[in-house]
Order: sequence, then structure tokens, then C-alpha cells
Amino acid sequence: MGIIKVKDLIFEYIRRDEEGNVEGITTAIDDINLDIEQGDFVSVLGHNGSGKSTLAKHLNAILYPTEGTVWVDGKDTQNNEYIWDIRQTAGMVFQNPDNQIIGQVVEEDVGFGPENMGVLTKEIWERVDESLKAVGMYEFRKYSPNKLSGGQKQRVSIAGVIAMHPKCIILDEPTAMLDPKGRREVIRAVRALNDVEHITVILITHYMDEVIYSDKVYVMDKGKIALHGTPREIFSKVERLKELRLDVPQVTLLAHELKEAGIPMPDGILTKEEFAAAFDECVNRAI
Amino acid sequence: MPIILDKVSHVYGEDTAMAVTALKNISLVIPDGQFIGLIGHTGSGKSTLIQHLNGLIKATSGNIYFNGEDIDADDFDKKRLRSKVGLVFQYPEHQLFETDVFSDVCYGPKNLGLTQKEIQLRAYEALKLVGIEDEYFYQSPFDLSGGQKRRVAIAGVLAMKPEVLILDEPTAGLDPEGRDEILDQISKLKKETGITVILVSHSMEDVAKYVDRIIVMNRGSVMFDDEPKEVFRHCEELESVGLAAPQVTYIMKKLRDNGYDVRDDVTTIEEAKTEIIRYFSNLKSAKTRG
Repeated sequence: MGIIKVKDLIFEYIRRDEEGNVEGITTAIDDINLDIEQGDFVSVLGHNGSGKSTLAKHLNAILYPTEGTVWVDGKDTQNNEYIWDIRQTAGMVFQNPDNQIIGQVVEEDVGFGPENMGVLTKEIWERVDESLKAVGMYEFRKYSPNKLSGGQKQRVSIAGVIAMHPKCIILDEPTAMLDPKGRREVIRAVRALNDVEHITVILITHYMDEVIYSDKVYVMDKGKIALHGTPREIFSKVERLKELRLDVPQVTLLAHELKEAGIPMPDGILTKEEFAAAFDECVNRAI
Repeated sequence: MPIILDKVSHVYGEDTAMAVTALKNISLVIPDGQFIGLIGHTGSGKSTLIQHLNGLIKATSGNIYFNGEDIDADDFDKKRLRSKVGLVFQYPEHQLFETDVFSDVCYGPKNLGLTQKEIQLRAYEALKLVGIEDEYFYQSPFDLSGGQKRRVAIAGVLAMKPEVLILDEPTAGLDPEGRDEILDQISKLKKETGITVILVSHSMEDVAKYVDRIIVMNRGSVMFDDEPKEVFRHCEELESVGLAAPQVTYIMKKLRDNGYDVRDDVTTIEEAKTEIIRYFSNLKSAKTRG
């Protein structure tokens, strides 16, 4: 079994009107199965309302299945005894950095998690330093968080999660509110955690170009997994993604449109280097 | 109605130990009917700038003229300014509050003291402009999807009949189709009504696709102010201030670096496609001739 295993997961919530009468039942997650290996970098795509965030909240026991089971590191999330272990194993980072930072000073904020776990003071400081180094924020450790940019704040949030030594980190649209530099910084930090520390990463995003580094991509629609595969396999399906209200990176789209126009570019191009190589090929054929 | 900024500076916490200069000596002319993209890294002064344009914050020094009148003059009617310059904040759907969609959009014009008939007419038109169908009018705004909620919130500002519409990151957190829907509607609205639109965005791809003019802010000053293709020529300078050019510009630069004679001042997929197809048809005709 992998670090996260989801079996036959269904999640329903009951909609009520103002008087509390039941208006109907919405199935937010409709029979999902997943098996994520330790050290994987997994991305989850899907339009607004497709169930991505609801799924993410099942992975660290914020929500519980209506039917089916979720195991985190072999522990059933519905078992109350394991709840703190699970939240420590699978840390979560949300969209808005301002809602997640509570400390007056960066290092104090990062120390909050391990402190609550009862880690010894000396070790807390070691963990704070190593976490801030891992996201490239060590030199800001004495700053007030409100003096930081969005990307920096978001990296502090990530450091706060990794100070708890999770095996897995779930990021729910961590770059939605950031400028291009902030986005690059956060994605670089996340990739480093995965490459160097082998922390399992589950990244939920609307930015297609952030997905290309992942091992596996899941695309959700109406609470189900509509597509899954490597980034190249997923982004080869330009038309299908459009039906799912998504798009592809500009480089992939340009290659796709050129192919439609009769220039023999291959499907699923992910970087400008691949594009340039395929372009060479096309030019050689044309001459 | 044109807006002119003449050497506008703004200092937060002036005369205190914590004084921060957010805008430095900004001079700009915003004529009627332009579609302007305002870009800059977090903290570059974009939000401070747009809040000056409808008089929400007052310049520390310098003057702002709306239709030729100084907006800080004693006899200037700021209420009228705010109905003419509509500002849509980030996550405007958080400001929805009424029990149904239609009443929410009526709230703005109601406060202008218009007749009931006029209020309803404006709300109806505004909802049509953002593409919200009649069937949603009497639903709770909280039951709509993220993109729909945002469009209702924008309709609330449009119902004031602004002549300048300023949107602060209208697509943050929306999925790609939701993003395209909002931007297509805004672009259509601009064409139909001829209003001035200022779009604050972190997405270079979106800005390149829609606007006629880009203003780049850096540390409280205007760094570039030009057409998209001129601005994105400076991709290294943009990167040094935390921005970038659209991905497609980098692709064309790469091809050019690799020795292909293609234009690299390209900022949209359409332009890149046209340019590459042109390149291949030249190759073919050279081959047939040769």
C-alpha cells in the first residue's frame, strides 16, 4: 500500500434551506480510487466545483468519507485515534497565505506546528532552521510576516508544514494569489522538497504549466477522475481537456494548433526546448 | 471621460517613523475607450494607484484630473466620480450579500436615488452584459458557481453605468474556462459600450491577449507604458522585477536564437501560429523555386 490509498470514496453533503429543511443531496466525490506511492509528485486538475478540494480535505482527515475508506500511511482516517498522526503525516497548505500565518515573527510561525506536537525546544529550533532553509526563507527568519511578499509568505506556510516532518504535503492552489515570481519561487520550493527530501507532493492547481514536472496527473470532473496519466499523456488530449473546462500550457497549445494547420508537430510538447527540437525536425522534413 | 495624473505621489503613514512611499511621481493620461493592462509584482503600487483613480485614497502630492476637473478640489463631487469610475476589487464575490441575484445588482443604482423602474432596467442590462441568464435572477447568489458569482459582482458595478471600469485580478482562483468567460465578456462589453477598462493582472498571457496598452509598475514608479508587443520585448527587465513575458514570446525567441528567421515580438498564440505558418510556406515556395 502507498502512502495514500483511497478506496471507493464517496462523499455526499446535504443541502439545507434557511429553516434547516433538507433541499437535496450533492455528491461531491463519486467513487474515487487512488494509490499514491511515497515520493510521488502528483497533480490534481479540474474546474471549479469538480471536487478537487473536497478530495484534498479527505487526505488529512478534515472531511470523512460518506462511503469507502481513505488510508494515510496505512491508517484509516475515520479512526479517531489516528487523527493527529494523520494530520502530522499529511500536511496541508491553502490558497491564501494571509489566512495561514499566525506568528509575529517568521521563525515563531514555523515553530508553531512542532511546538504543538510537544517537540523539545532545542529540536524545535533545529526543525525551524532546516525547514526555512528548505524553502529558501532562512535569511528572513527574524522578519515580521506582514513585511513579506505573497510568494515569500506562502513559502513560510510550507516551511510551517514541513517543520512537522510530514511524509506528504498537500497544496490546494498555493499559487492562485501570487505574481509570476512568487509562483516560480513556490513551485521551485515544492519541487526541491520532492526531489531532495522525497516528500510526497499532491498539488492542486489551475495553472497548467505547474503540472509538467509531476509524475502523475489526475483530472477531476463531477466528483470522478476523468483522466489520469503522465503530464505528456494528459496534455496530448487538448480537445478533451477543453471539454473539461481546462486548457494546456501555451507551448502545448501552439504545437497542437500548428499540427491542425498541417505542420507535423507531435502531441504533448511540454517545454520550449522540446518545441524547438520538434521545430527543427519539421523544418528538416520541409526542405 | 479622460483621467490625467500629474506627478502623483502617495506615502502611507506620512510623518511617522513607518512612512512607506507607495507611488512616486506618477504622470499618466488615460484617454476614453482604451483597454489597459496594469501589471507589476506584489507590492509594486498597482492597488494604491487604482484606488486613487476613484478617489478612495488621496494623493500625498500631485493632482488627478477627471474630465478636466481636479478631484481634490473642494467643490468636486466625489460621489459622482465614484459612480463614473467603477472599481471591482479582488474576490468581489465576497461582497455579495442580498437574498437573490437581482436585488444584489440593484443595490448600487438604488443608492444613486434613481426611480424603481430605472434601477431595475439597469440591473437587467448589467446582468445581460455579463452573460447571466434570467433563470438565475431570483436564485441566491451563494448557490452559483465561482465564475457566476464573480460575474454577478461585476454586474453590480456595471449597474452604476461607469465610464471607466477597473478590475483588480478578476480571474484569480478561477478555472481556465471561467477565466476565459470573464475576460471575453469584459472584452465584448468594452467593444459594445466603448468604456475604458483597466485590468490589473498577474497573468501575462491574459494581458497580452486582450489589452491595447500595458502599464508596468515597479516600486511605485511606471517602468514601461506601451503596446503589449513593445513591453514584452523587454523580457529580461520584466524578469528582474518579478514579472515575465507570455510563454509564447519565449518560444519565438528560442527559435530565433536557434537561427530561424522568425519574428520574436509575438505575444499571443494566434500571432505565433500565423508567423510559423508564414515561415513554412516561405520554405515551401523557396523549395519549389529552387
